[in-house]
Amino acid sequence: MLAFIIRRLGTMVITMLCLTMVVFYMVNLEPNLKKLSISQLDMRSSDEHIEQWLVKNGFRENFFVRYGQWLGVMKRNPEINPATSKSELRYKACQQPNEPYYGGILQGDFGCSTKFKTTVEAKLWPALGATGILMFWVMVTMVPIALLVGIFAGMREGSRTDRGLSVASIATTATPEYVSGVIFTVIFASWLGWLNGSAASATSQGVNFYNFTLPVMTMAIYGIGYIARMTRASMVEVMTQQYIRTARLKGLSFSSVVIKHALRNALIAPFTVIMLQFPWLLTGVVIVETMFRYQGFGFTLVEAAGNNDIDLLLGCSLVSVFVVLFTQLISDIGYAYLNPRIRVQ
Amino acid sequence: MQFETIGGFQVLFGVIARFWPVWLALAIVLSASFAYRKRLGLYGELFTNSVGIAGVTICFFWLFTAIFATVIAPFDPLSQVAVMKDALPGTVVPNTTDVYYFGGDKLARDVFSRMVYGSQIVLVIAPFATLFALMVGITLGLPAGYYGGRIDSFLSFLANLVLAFPVILLFYLLVTPEIRTLSFDSWFSRITGIGVSVPRGLAAFFFLFPIVFLCTLFWTRFKNRPDRLWFQLGLTILIGGWVYLGLVFSIDPLGLISIEPSTLNIFVAVVFASSPGVFRIVRGLVMDIKTRDYVAAAQTRGESPWYIMIWEILPNARGPLIVDACLRIGYTTILLGTLGYFGLGLAPESPDWGTAIKDASRLLRSFVHPALPPTIALMSFVLGLNLLADALREQSLKD
Repeated sequence: MLAFIIRRLGTMVITMLCLTMVVFYMVNLEPNLKKLSISQLDMRSSDEHIEQWLVKNGFRENFFVRYGQWLGVMKRNPEINPATSKSELRYKACQQPNEPYYGGILQGDFGCSTKFKTTVEAKLWPALGATGILMFWVMVTMVPIALLVGIFAGMREGSRTDRGLSVASIATTATPEYVSGVIFTVIFASWLGWLNGSAASATSQGVNFYNFTLPVMTMAIYGIGYIARMTRASMVEVMTQQYIRTARLKGLSFSSVVIKHALRNALIAPFTVIMLQFPWLLTGVVIVETMFRYQGFGFTLVEAAGNNDIDLLLGCSLVSVFVVLFTQLISDIGYAYLNPRIRVQ
Repeated sequence: MQFETIGGFQVLFGVIARFWPVWLALAIVLSASFAYRKRLGLYGELFTNSVGIAGVTICFFWLFTAIFATVIAPFDPLSQVAVMKDALPGTVVPNTTDVYYFGGDKLARDVFSRMVYGSQIVLVIAPFATLFALMVGITLGLPAGYYGGRIDSFLSFLANLVLAFPVILLFYLLVTPEIRTLSFDSWFSRITGIGVSVPRGLAAFFFLFPIVFLCTLFWTRFKNRPDRLWFQLGLTILIGGWVYLGLVFSIDPLGLISIEPSTLNIFVAVVFASSPGVFRIVRGLVMDIKTRDYVAAAQTRGESPWYIMIWEILPNARGPLIVDACLRIGYTTILLGTLGYFGLGLAPESPDWGTAIKDASRLLRSFVHPALPPTIALMSFVLGLNLLADALREQSLKD
């Protein structure tokens, strides 16, 4: 088991290296650099001025040297002001030491955001915290509802409840966040006026029912259908097993058969599915946070990508890739742990 | 200014009347399919349950809407009638008898016509992108599952790499005007004078797969019958090469086939995002099927590995693949909507549903009506595909 985990962690590190390299390459393409420098200087700056800025901030160094600097295996050269012989602020926002230094991911330095004029850590961790709150509430509503729907549908295959719930869960998987978000906002914010159509106040005034229900509902709906269908399939399979028939034949009531015998085995598969939902939720987070103006991770990612904020975008991609791979690992380990028939070699 | 308006029922009947070519086509196709359902194989079996009928009807509805869009839509999707800005549903255009059935948007365009024309964009890109993703996934998934070993580890690693990428980030990196205009000076562009950008390079790679796949298909089957082999290979390379040149480099000698650079960019991004999923499914299916007796029999007969993969394994994997293709078209539609919602790739005035939802959702506080038609259209189309997939799955499980 330990060897398996170590091997998976190794693959994870290689994947993260490859992906950040790709992102690093894409954000450093010439037109993107031009976009960045124009946003940092101003619209009318001349080509020489732009080139000067790019050279000054080290964008003209070798690609691998710069990737190494970002990783923290190559030394960064701070820009020294000749008048004071002290280092200038990086992008006019972040402190730098006076001599060449290792400042990369390995040292825990994520770099400097050109858009928000602060260090990436100062922007990224609060945003992740905010998204964490959103995710928590989404999970709290989504998982129990989805499991209940799946169990009720799969309990008696082919019954009217089953068909109704199945069509309902198909309908929710056909409703992406930007569709359900609009529909819910129209119904609950515009027509009924019960809820707030924006979660912008959640950042400053704290989360409450009034401003947070719509984002949570929008995100949960898309996931519910998928998890419910997996639970239903798993439940249907379990209900046809011999031990369920035996339990029924020995005279147990239907409810106790379902609760005591079927549930435990039927919930193994949904566990994996729920863990693998995280990558999907990540996309959902971006849409929902943009739609409801909630200042979380997704919002930050869109801002970073829209402004070609290199360090922030790399930080965001590192975090999201880590989340995806880590949840995959957890789901594999958890599956092996929950299901005694499966053992990792 | 006072507008003439028509009531809710008149809007409803007006819209139903505008869709007349769709109802006619639906009636013909559905009644014919229903009458001959016994002879139509898997497609005919869909008509034996209500979920299948609902799915087929919705999908055909949008298909015919896309085909007859010019007849159905009363206005051009881009034409603006200045006084109709944010007009409410059912407003009559002054001095005419034409009606803005679902009202006007913030640029005074007819919401109903835009929804109808939007279906064209979705129904062209989504199925074709899915087809290409299927081709790529199948061509790579077959050897990965069949040979296993190093090929498998390498290809699986690549697939996982793409799957670990959040889709939105991928689109933000891949679908921007900056990326599209960038061109690398290589030996190729020096000789031909065609700039090679990132999307075009990817397109050149991905669009090769269908040709390679079809060539392998014919080669393995007709290896011993040169007369048919050369005819079919020649035809594939001729037609495939023609389409390839037109789509990827827009240098079609006849000038018939061309694609907008922005559409090509979206197309490539969508294929790139969804082919690893197909790859995984195909790989899993092949690993399962290759242990069957008929594969062992073919191996004993001395058939070549590619013959076994394409003519023995692939036909037996078709059930799950068809179901997956249906779901994937729906998923691709959702992806296209996401692209439109973030304003990536498509032109800002494009009538596609995602862009329309983005424009309308900014103004939800003041006007609700421009948001509802595109959302309901997108939802119903994806729902139709999902119902279809569900019915197909049920049918294939029955066998």
